[in-house]
Amino acid sequence: MQSFTYERAASAEQAAAAVADRPDAKFISGGTNLLDLMKLEIERPAHLVDVSRLPLNRIEETAEGGLRIGAQVRNSDLAADQRVRSRYPMLSQALLAGASGQIRNKASTSGNLLQRTRCPYFYDRNMPCNKREPGAGCAAFQGFNRMHAVLGASEACIAVHPSDMAVAMSGLDARIETISPGGETRTIPIGDFHRLPGAMPHVETVLGHGEMIAAVTLPLPPPGRQVYRKVRDRASYAFALVSVAAIVEKSGDRVQSARIAMGGVAAKPWRATEAERMLAGAAASNGAFTDAAEAALDGAIGHGGNDFKIPLAKRTMRHTLAAAVESA
Amino acid sequence: MAKTDNRNGPTRRTVLEGGVATGVLLATGIPVGAEPADTVAAAASPTPVPTMPMSLRINAKDLAVELDPRTTLLDALRNHLGLTGSKKGCDHGQCGACTVLVDGRRINSCLTLAAMHEGDEITTVEGLAEGDQLHPVQAAFVARDGFQCGYCTPGQICSAVGMLGEARAGWPSHASADVAAASVALTDAEIRERMSGNICRCAAYPNIVAAIRDAAEEA
Repeated sequence: MQSFTYERAASAEQAAAAVADRPDAKFISGGTNLLDLMKLEIERPAHLVDVSRLPLNRIEETAEGGLRIGAQVRNSDLAADQRVRSRYPMLSQALLAGASGQIRNKASTSGNLLQRTRCPYFYDRNMPCNKREPGAGCAAFQGFNRMHAVLGASEACIAVHPSDMAVAMSGLDARIETISPGGETRTIPIGDFHRLPGAMPHVETVLGHGEMIAAVTLPLPPPGRQVYRKVRDRASYAFALVSVAAIVEKSGDRVQSARIAMGGVAAKPWRATEAERMLAGAAASNGAFTDAAEAALDGAIGHGGNDFKIPLAKRTMRHTLAAAVESA
Repeated sequence: MAKTDNRNGPTRRTVLEGGVATGVLLATGIPVGAEPADTVAAAASPTPVPTMPMSLRINAKDLAVELDPRTTLLDALRNHLGLTGSKKGCDHGQCGACTVLVDGRRINSCLTLAAMHEGDEITTVEGLAEGDQLHPVQAAFVARDGFQCGYCTPGQICSAVGMLGEARAGWPSHASADVAAASVALTDAEIRERMSGNICRCAAYPNIVAAIRDAAEEA
């Protein structure tokens, strides 16, 4: 691990300023991803600003009837919050499908959003990776790419975002509140928060240097039954091959509205807007779910090892939609 | 005939502890022998590693240490404080051998910095028993033979203690049919899912699950 200096931030403003002051500084909270990457010298900050004890660890009701989740709320506390479990069950399910009990006790809400890909070539410093070293090339493109993206990828990078939590938050139209070094704040819809790789896969979010996540706000829970379904190589403690978060509102035997987000398929949580549009007003039938899934994966591109993800994502979506209406 | 089990000779543990004592002397600047510590440090390393003072509360004892900020909680415990019960398996949070309790919650001590835990109540496997009275989870592991080589066991036990607290608090898991249900029945499927952050290469899982089931029922 490269040597660094460490300070504990006294306030959100001070933390943002401390990181903004130095291009080689980083925030640290749970550290479960950052320290792992620092041990491998993939991340090499010379200064760490510890934000884990900032008073951003509450989950509060909002005036609009939603919840405001502090950036420092631990994944385990968020998953166990009774309001989240009853009003946003898909978020609890997604959190509980990710990582291990030990890691969820440490990992923060903001850190979960900012965690980096687990692409094996990103982790292997002997292999080229445009995300780790811009311009170096991508070893995954022709390599072992079972875990990689089928949507929104570029020739520069086919890595996926590993979060389960973010997929559920995408389906729930979460908003991310940030604070900048000058104290100014802004709110970013989760769909605009992560960037697709394009030619710059090393730039993963729209955050500026020193801009810190303060909270994630969930709007009023949308009507309909919520289901999070994750498919992975082993039953527990593994990243998604494909996951689907779905909320389906039924009216008689028709779908009133649907919201669908996919994980494990792209560099960001992938909202299936075309499938949602097709399902609004359609019959709540397997035929309609199949058509919607086909539309959601329209334009998907496999790279050999991950070709299976395209049919798997379609089946997982159909299954998840059916589960949501069955229990609605 | 040579005695093969020489109880008076150096053991792996006494060698480790001896190393710890030397490390503490160097780190705290206490002269070693007649030579000033700074001379020793200079000879060992041309650019001295910056250290920072920190106080850690471990197993109800306050301990002052001076450590490189890079020191993980696990390395602080094992290499600087002589608490070698917590084990280093993968050092990347994947195996759970390093699991300790911080303010009653299980975490991977390899994936956190010692500096981040000033003021926290840290409990390692060494701090679970009350004198000679084993913690109920420890006793259950002995009764059920919940191990083979034993390397993962301290992590399994600390993890199980934390997990039982989570279950008592009604936390759901990925194995729970309804995450909104107020309480949880610790079935074997629940125990296995909740303990998935602890790997046992000897695959003593059936007995580990049985031990945790016993401890849960006893509590």
